[in-house]
Amino acid sequence: MPHAPTRRRRKIALAAASALAILSAAGGAAAFCGFYVAKADTKLFNKASKVVLMRDGDRTVITMANDYQGPLEDFAIVVPVPVVLEEGQINVADNALIDHLDAYTAPRLVEYFDEDPCAARRFDDRVMSMAAPAAEAEVLRKKNSLGVTVEAEYTVGEYDIQILSAEESGGLVEWLTTNGYKIPDGAESVLGSYIKQGTKFFVAKVNLDAQADTGLAYLRPLQMAFESPKFILPIRLGMANADDEGDGRQELFVFALTRTGRVETTNYRTVKLPTGSDVPLFVKDEFGDFYKSMFDAQTKKENGKAVFLEYAWDMAWCDPCAADPLSQEELRKLGVYWLPGGGDRGADRRIMPGPAQDVFVTRLHVSYNAETFPEDLMFKETGDRSNFQGRYVLRHPYEGEASCAAADDYRASLPKRFEREAQTLANLTDWDVNAIRDKMNDKGQTFETPKPTPWWRRLWDNDQDENG
Amino acid sequence: MAPLSHIRRHFSDRFGDHLSDICYRLPADPRFFQIAVLSGLLAYGGASGAFEIDPYVIAAVFGAAIATQFLGAVLNATRFEVRSAAITSLSLLLLLRADAPIIMAGAAAIAIGSKFLIRLYDKHVFNPANAGIVALLIISNVAEPGSSLSGVAWTTPGQWGTALWLAALLAGLGVFVTSRAARLDAPLAFFAVFAALAIARALWLGDPLAIPVNRLQNGALVLFAFFMLSDPKTTPDGSRARIVFAGLIAVLSHWLIFHQFVSDGMFYALFAACALRPIFDAVATAPRYAWPQQRRRALSRDGPPTAYPAE
Repeated sequence: MPHAPTRRRRKIALAAASALAILSAAGGAAAFCGFYVAKADTKLFNKASKVVLMRDGDRTVITMANDYQGPLEDFAIVVPVPVVLEEGQINVADNALIDHLDAYTAPRLVEYFDEDPCAARRFDDRVMSMAAPAAEAEVLRKKNSLGVTVEAEYTVGEYDIQILSAEESGGLVEWLTTNGYKIPDGAESVLGSYIKQGTKFFVAKVNLDAQADTGLAYLRPLQMAFESPKFILPIRLGMANADDEGDGRQELFVFALTRTGRVETTNYRTVKLPTGSDVPLFVKDEFGDFYKSMFDAQTKKENGKAVFLEYAWDMAWCDPCAADPLSQEELRKLGVYWLPGGGDRGADRRIMPGPAQDVFVTRLHVSYNAETFPEDLMFKETGDRSNFQGRYVLRHPYEGEASCAAADDYRASLPKRFEREAQTLANLTDWDVNAIRDKMNDKGQTFETPKPTPWWRRLWDNDQDENG
Repeated sequence: MAPLSHIRRHFSDRFGDHLSDICYRLPADPRFFQIAVLSGLLAYGGASGAFEIDPYVIAAVFGAAIATQFLGAVLNATRFEVRSAAITSLSLLLLLRADAPIIMAGAAAIAIGSKFLIRLYDKHVFNPANAGIVALLIISNVAEPGSSLSGVAWTTPGQWGTALWLAALLAGLGVFVTSRAARLDAPLAFFAVFAALAIARALWLGDPLAIPVNRLQNGALVLFAFFMLSDPKTTPDGSRARIVFAGLIAVLSHWLIFHQFVSDGMFYALFAACALRPIFDAVATAPRYAWPQQRRRALSRDGPPTAYPAE
């Protein structure tokens, strides 16, 4: 115990000293799993985190997107992990993987065009999709002293990584603080709780040389693979410094990749997002705003205490597709080890050849703060394979010439339909219904009942469309 | 007219005292309250979106439970009893989820079947609904991934909102108070121990109390305590033994949930405790519980009853 750690410790101290000039000026930023250690005036608030979780039995692969925007030398992350990870259990992935998964599962807007009320049916179905508000950043860096043991350290990709264990939170906090990090007040008790539960800490910062070698202007997602009966996502550290800033809400997207079925939280409610509604045409131009407002309104409706299901689907297909399903290669990179292509067959786990992809994807979205989500998110995989998607529908009225009797009925029915759409939208988003009606009018969705075609118009077959 | 009266007479012959019990002694049997309350919770849960209710699943569960009960009654030459089968069905519908009605029917058949097949000292060993749930969960988890039985059934411990939790809690207490049923000690002992352990853990970890409070505001836990653990037929007959029994289940549940990360650990805990229950009854002997209707029948037909409830 005394010697080996001491030697390692010294090594860390030296490494830290050389970086100190940079670090001392540094703030840091934490995402969902970690905490911001930014300078007081740094407003690098993490807006949204994206995490991919592969889970099968106890096997887990976490991929954490990294949208950190600040100076690279300020980046630092602390993630509680259940076990000490070996170097081979840590990897750096491509942003494109998460972006693709995000696009594939994103809430979608579809549009239909009404057929000519006087003619045979025409059908058109177009899909637009929108990556839900996303973003995120991550976090910090370290060194060593009081009761803190550096269990391992690696450089993986552009990251210098250490796995720490600590005896008590005070030591860990002091250890972090002496390295120039500002630890939020709330963090110490949270760290203490994790330490008592035997949690290790995964700490990473950017290795500037290695980062330069990548030639990339951004940081890539970190991945960890491990086995643990705990199927959780630690969010408590990320909330530690959020209390003094408004209600401290943070956005998190979890993409779960499983074999059996949908994933849900066990210690909070998982609620399906309202879906399938017909909404006014102008939503096409502001789908992002619509989605955000709807999400906020629904969150409020649940008193801020729900996790929302946005997508649950067999990875083999989609309908309508916001993006192609992920390829087997992409899925393997995200941790879906049972797909063909290599390594991990056999041993204790039998692999079914299985139809298609044999992967079920769940997209969860939560807006949380310390008050509404005091505990880490705990998940379970269910056997539910029913498909679910966030899907919103635009229905374009027929605008061509039409003057049969059915056309009058059709036009007369439109104002009611528009009113329904307005009410639906107001309900979903808490927007003012009058403002919605105004915008609909601007888009040609008028609420005035059209005058019926005079009876004599059709007498001599000289009809005109008076409603253009 | 004639056929109708014929049918009525036929039923009267077969189920005579059963019907008269229902008609005349409705408030006396706590099971009526339980059925009403569980049905209400099911309807409320479905309406509030806490879970989805498929009419086919409801039909399958009731059909299988009643059919199994009937078969068991015929084979064992005992009276056909529909009330307990209804309570078991409702418990399954509230606590277990499956896509296929056939799977839920299987759970119901296992639940009721266990009453007739697994007996010791002329008493069934396992709580029926609990046996059905645990059997299905084990099958789901043990089945090879990707096979048709893998993940066929699951529980949804987190899907009860606070409102539903409160409703279940009030309803659970209400059933006991209105029916003056004797065995409130078991659920209360379970809750007390489970809550104490959760709070002690939070204090030890330095966690905010919001964490154990969040864990305790769990509708599934309340249902489990008031409508499953409380079953007088599968709890020890002695009051002290019952409290120890419930406490043991709470400790085991805590260990499974907080240390083994089995979110529905209480079901396994009850299952294990029921397997040990004959020991409790052997150590702490007490008169066996009989439903009020059985007591009356014993009184009216056979002279003095051979068994009274513990209190």
